[in-house]
Amino acid sequence: MLLLADQTVVEPFGAVKPLLFYALAAVIVLSAWGIVLSQNIVRMAVYLLLTLAGVAGFYFMLHAEFLAAVQLIVYAGGTLILIVFGVMLTSKNPFMQLKTALWERFVGVLIGLVIFGLLLFGLVHTALPTGAAATGESGGGHYQVAAIGRALLSDYLVPFEVAAVLLLVVMIGAAFMARRSAKQGNG
Amino acid sequence: MTDPLHSLTLAHYLFTGAVLFVLGVIGFISRRNLIIMFLCTEMMFQGVAVTLVAFSRYHQNDTGQTFVIFLLTIAAAEAALALGLVVLLFRRRRTLDAQAWGEMKG
Repeated sequence: MLLLADQTVVEPFGAVKPLLFYALAAVIVLSAWGIVLSQNIVRMAVYLLLTLAGVAGFYFMLHAEFLAAVQLIVYAGGTLILIVFGVMLTSKNPFMQLKTALWERFVGVLIGLVIFGLLLFGLVHTALPTGAAATGESGGGHYQVAAIGRALLSDYLVPFEVAAVLLLVVMIGAAFMARRSAKQGNG
Repeated sequence: MTDPLHSLTLAHYLFTGAVLFVLGVIGFISRRNLIIMFLCTEMMFQGVAVTLVAFSRYHQNDTGQTFVIFLLTIAAAEAALALGLVVLLFRRRRTLDAQAWGEMKG
């Protein structure tokens, strides 16, 4: 960022920001829609990549650069690869289809619409501030990585340790599952 | 005063997060392939994460971003375990249909 006078911070994309938002939102929503509708599971993985990249773009726009980087590394680099591996391991025919009955789809859409109505109701009836202040345009020069690190090791130390234990348990569990299936394969 | 097309507000991000979450719910309920249901839970995670980061930005408070870090941790752990389980289930029944395990309803 460029410091002009002492306090004025030039936004990297001032007037283009709404356009950028709508472009990213369109990418996110359309690819999410594609995931719900598509019948080809490999194509769905690509749509998920688009959704994740769009959300990472949102994080950049919200000045959460660290999270955007983590999102791209962990999700696009890790989870998506896992999913593609899962697809390859579980199907001789990756293009197979499982159809749901019409009433099941109807119930799904109905429940989704009810939840969406509730969320929209909450959004409309909450006094959210509008204008530039609402996305916190005033804040600049804030070191997020340091702040997040400090929060993780002070206020959220217990959840942090619990997450560490969770990762250990998941690692042991995954190794256990892999070993048992190998034994079944041999015997 | 505030033209929704030319100024961004918190509500824009919240709305997108809500749409993402609801699409995930619809997909989770209306599809039967286990891997697709798993992808839809990831979409729901993303919707919640967008909401958290937007609130964090608005309140100038890093708590929301810290929560998203935890959310990413849980999502990664869930991805590893869920896909491992899906592979095991597939080896047992040779299908990804969630309906094949219907007798587990109890």
